[in-house]
Amino acid sequence: MSDVERHIIACIVDNESGVLARVVGLFSGRGYNIESLTVAVVDAERELSRITLLTSGTRMIVEQIRAQLGRLVPIHKVIDLTEDGPHVERELALLKVEGSGEKRVESLRIADIFRARAVDSTNESFVFEITGTTDKLDAFINLMRPLGLIEVVRTGVVGIARGAEAPVIAH
Amino acid sequence: MRLTGSEVVVRSLVDQGVDVVFGYPGGAVLPIYDAIFQQNELRHILVRHEQAAVHAAEGYARSTGKVGVVLVTSGPGATNAVTGLTDALMDSIPVVCLTGQVPTHLIGNDAFQEADTVGITRPCTKHNYLVKDVDKLSYTISEAFYVARSGRPGPVVVDLPKDIVNEETNYEKLGKIEHRSYRPVTRAEPHAIKEAVSLLEGAERPIIYSGGGVINSGNRASKLLKKFAHETGFPVTNTLMGLGGFPGNDPQFIGMLGMHGTYEANMAMHDCDVMFAVGARFDDRVTGRLSDFAPTAKKIQIDIDRSSINKNVFVDIPLVGDVANVLEDIQAVWKQEKRSSNKKAVKSWWEQIDCWREVNCLKYEQSLNSIKPQYALQRLHEITKDLDVYITTEVGQHQMWAAQFFRFDEPRRWMTSGGLGTMGYGFPAATGVQIAHPNSLVIDIAGEASFLMNMQELSTVKQYRLPVKVFIINNEYMGMVRQWQEFFHGGRYAESYTDSLPDFVALAESYGMKGLRATKPDQVDDLIKEMIAHDGPVIADVQVEKMENVFPMIPAGAGHHEMKLGSDDNVPLRTEEGMVLV
Repeated sequence: MSDVERHIIACIVDNESGVLARVVGLFSGRGYNIESLTVAVVDAERELSRITLLTSGTRMIVEQIRAQLGRLVPIHKVIDLTEDGPHVERELALLKVEGSGEKRVESLRIADIFRARAVDSTNESFVFEITGTTDKLDAFINLMRPLGLIEVVRTGVVGIARGAEAPVIAH
Repeated sequence: MRLTGSEVVVRSLVDQGVDVVFGYPGGAVLPIYDAIFQQNELRHILVRHEQAAVHAAEGYARSTGKVGVVLVTSGPGATNAVTGLTDALMDSIPVVCLTGQVPTHLIGNDAFQEADTVGITRPCTKHNYLVKDVDKLSYTISEAFYVARSGRPGPVVVDLPKDIVNEETNYEKLGKIEHRSYRPVTRAEPHAIKEAVSLLEGAERPIIYSGGGVINSGNRASKLLKKFAHETGFPVTNTLMGLGGFPGNDPQFIGMLGMHGTYEANMAMHDCDVMFAVGARFDDRVTGRLSDFAPTAKKIQIDIDRSSINKNVFVDIPLVGDVANVLEDIQAVWKQEKRSSNKKAVKSWWEQIDCWREVNCLKYEQSLNSIKPQYALQRLHEITKDLDVYITTEVGQHQMWAAQFFRFDEPRRWMTSGGLGTMGYGFPAATGVQIAHPNSLVIDIAGEASFLMNMQELSTVKQYRLPVKVFIINNEYMGMVRQWQEFFHGGRYAESYTDSLPDFVALAESYGMKGLRATKPDQVDDLIKEMIAHDGPVIADVQVEKMENVFPMIPAGAGHHEMKLGSDDNVPLRTEEGMVLV
């Protein structure tokens, strides 16, 4: 009952000023965790954005998080992808790796194994782009560290349910 | 119709059915005040501090069931309102607060009397708006009223930049609005209703624990609750917020529960096998130590706010919906399926409850020389109970004694700051109640320390000739602070003595009001009668026993079954766990 679980929660919200502050303020005010957060417009015509949060807590806390999000006025729908069943989750990272000689070749070889792409290259550096689950990104980053990793940027997790159905948003 | 933004504000309020607004003018709202000046449909009550405006609106809202409306200026006007807004949020009171704001082109420039009102009030309102387009003004105000009164009610702020209220727009009266995203669930799921009915039917030691949700749901909810309780024979306890939701004089009423609730209510909560929470949210003042909270009970909870369910206490059957609707659905199934409560078991449960009742936990030792605060409030209740009376309170010992000794037979007669515990709430709230009910008796049961926090409102009371009675239980201490210092801090009364008090009688007289004083028990009845008979505002200074403590008490961090009934009771008060609790 009191085991900490990791949940991906998506909120469909009105794309209006302050809505992100409401969500973030809710988490900080009530002492919930945000491990990652990503937000962008997903339906420009209806002015809807999707906020995806990676959070963790006991079952009771996660239920609270869902309920508290649900009562924010500009939130149309709260989707707990982890709770609802099979889903795909992805994160994107860009890594800058500096080096030359054998280390440089090794970084390219590992990038190949992880299906990362070099999106920028100089004589002494690469920028790799990689997408995948959080675990995959963590593994890739750890392998790159001894090979000259000097900067990382990650988008945070996004997710979507598997199958043919999509959440219905009332007009 | 072409109107300025200010005229739209006034027109929208009138179209929402608002007849009174509590406020205080200032630079950013001057155009709105100008619009108010030039019409007669909307009455403005000038308070003397913006916090009081919100409490007055709360009093108005709680005693009528309508939305209370506040109008304040930008910057300090808005920040002063924050305590009132937080109070309304905690107690689920529908309030719409219009705040002035600097013109849009100055927002973010640290302009004179600028504050980030939507930023500051975001966590202390149910929702808030900054209006940046005059064409959206009227819709935003309608939406604010919809949000304030729907679902679990609460305060809503609408921030109005000065340039917006000066611009012109087309105004059309709006009908009922359909909100894009906010549509609270008001009826529980049928299968959950059925499960609840079965659990209630089989209950051997049931208890109905009802709260402020019954009051907010409306009179229909109170009637349905009464009907259900009478049909089943179940005992009923109320939270502080729920008093009056079930008749206080009904034989099935076993008093308030919680930290200073009755022995019988708390023991019944602890020992029950089925708990039916009706519009109550398992606040820490109610539950005591969670690990000892109703350990053998299956729990059913009605709440319109899903986040109130499984927050502190795990509930077996959640019923998300409006109290009246859910009670109606439960009774429909109950009747249709010819269910009946376990009369035999319930009878022996009552025998047990009656034993607890015999403890007579609210007893106190009468004194000949000094007025016991309990006595003063008991007499006040006796003498006023058959009158058309509304009671507000401040926060502290007097509030708890009032909750213990007053029995309200109908909802909306009792206004107290439950969740936030705001000292200074009661007096301005009483002015709001009196505005709503000009011919009723409105009494603010106060402590002298709380009264000092908003006594600037004496001026408001005088201006509008509001016959509010302030009944001060004067023990010259912040009584509840002193009580906790006695129990938990070795009797070191740090800063809890209210030094340099005014002469309350002279204070009343300086405002042209009546001032009364009692210092001996035999003066109490006369004082109360004179106070009621006086056709105008009164300050009654009832000087009571200074060191009296509120009992019974569940010490912080203890369970319902560990009540301390009086100072000679051996229950230990101080526990390590309890010392960190509020």
